[in-house]
Amino acid sequence: MNEAKKIIRALIAKPGLDGHDRGAKVLALGLRDEGMEVIYTGRRQTPESIVQAAIQEDVDVIGLSCLSGAHDYLFPRVTELLKERGIRHMLVIGGGIIPEEDIPSLKQKGIREIFGPGSRIDDIANFIRQNVKR
Amino acid sequence: MEENIVELIENMRAGGDRYLARLITLIENDSPSSSQIMEILPTYLGRAYRIGITGPPGAGKSTLIDKLTTVFRSKGLSVGIIAVDPSSFISGGAVLGDRIRMQQHYLDTDVFIRSMATRGSTGGLSKSVSTVVKLLDAFGKDIVMVETVGVGQADVEIVKIVDTVITVLTPDAGDSMQFMKAGLVEIAGIIVVNKADRDNASWVVAEINAVLSASLRKSKWQVSVLRTQAINGVGIDELYEEISKRRIKDAQ
Repeated sequence: MNEAKKIIRALIAKPGLDGHDRGAKVLALGLRDEGMEVIYTGRRQTPESIVQAAIQEDVDVIGLSCLSGAHDYLFPRVTELLKERGIRHMLVIGGGIIPEEDIPSLKQKGIREIFGPGSRIDDIANFIRQNVKR
Repeated sequence: MEENIVELIENMRAGGDRYLARLITLIENDSPSSSQIMEILPTYLGRAYRIGITGPPGAGKSTLIDKLTTVFRSKGLSVGIIAVDPSSFISGGAVLGDRIRMQQHYLDTDVFIRSMATRGSTGGLSKSVSTVVKLLDAFGKDIVMVETVGVGQADVEIVKIVDTVITVLTPDAGDSMQFMKAGLVEIAGIIVVNKADRDNASWVVAEINAVLSASLRKSKWQVSVLRTQAINGVGIDELYEEISKRRIKDAQ
């Protein structure tokens, strides 16, 4: 596929009821500085609204951020919905406050990597670049 | 991964959001299929009424689009929105921050929102926007709204691809000298003074009207000047009526 200049499009989304989104915004700016086009959904999204946005924006990667502990339900619900809608190519990653012991189960359910507090933006960007399809 | 364009377009017209989104991406990336897509599109065009929304950053363009969408939807009209934001000249990336103002419509399957970056183009749009407008039209949207980057005077590309341009200003937009300068007010079909609860709103409306009445420019339509407070929904129905008048007249 000979596309001229492939720019990665990312959706940063906040499912659930988190009270603030500073981390998500820092990430959005950071990925912008890494050359990506970043759409930020705003807070208080449902898995349904996130998947709808991801499809319309035809993003390559979805970054889910959750600070309030509902990641075990919300993150896999996103990957489930993507599957139901026949979307197989989007990379899904997560971050926020995710306890270590929850990570294996999330990965098993399709969240490819978790980037918690202290993660470097360039590590996240490189991971995305190495793992996006098409 | 070869893609069958004819099939993609058929699937899109059958109502598939994801196919529409995919076609937009192919156009945006200037892929080899672009010319084939552009050849097929004209067959399906002509239904959508296209509105451009321009004006300086922070004037309330996205919020206005959000409110207008609610009104269009209440009349049973389907809506496509293209929201353009600037690409960074340093990194080539972009934060596309217009969609966030339209959250109430995220789950409405008759509202399609696509955020686009300028990717180096000047003039407030990206070069693929005109084709993406056609894609939304071919998809069956009744209304297509395009929000420009909002740098103001340079935002003139929009005129060529829409039926009506709405220029959104705020009460601190300046005085008559400001409005006499080329670009901002010239291209407008409808001028909206948003955040009209602020001081100076009446004065700004008067200054704009003074410049408009002094202008000898002949056009099909008298330029209308309206006041809104988009965030509170004030003035939106009047704006809708104004758009409606033009849409009906243009269809005749």
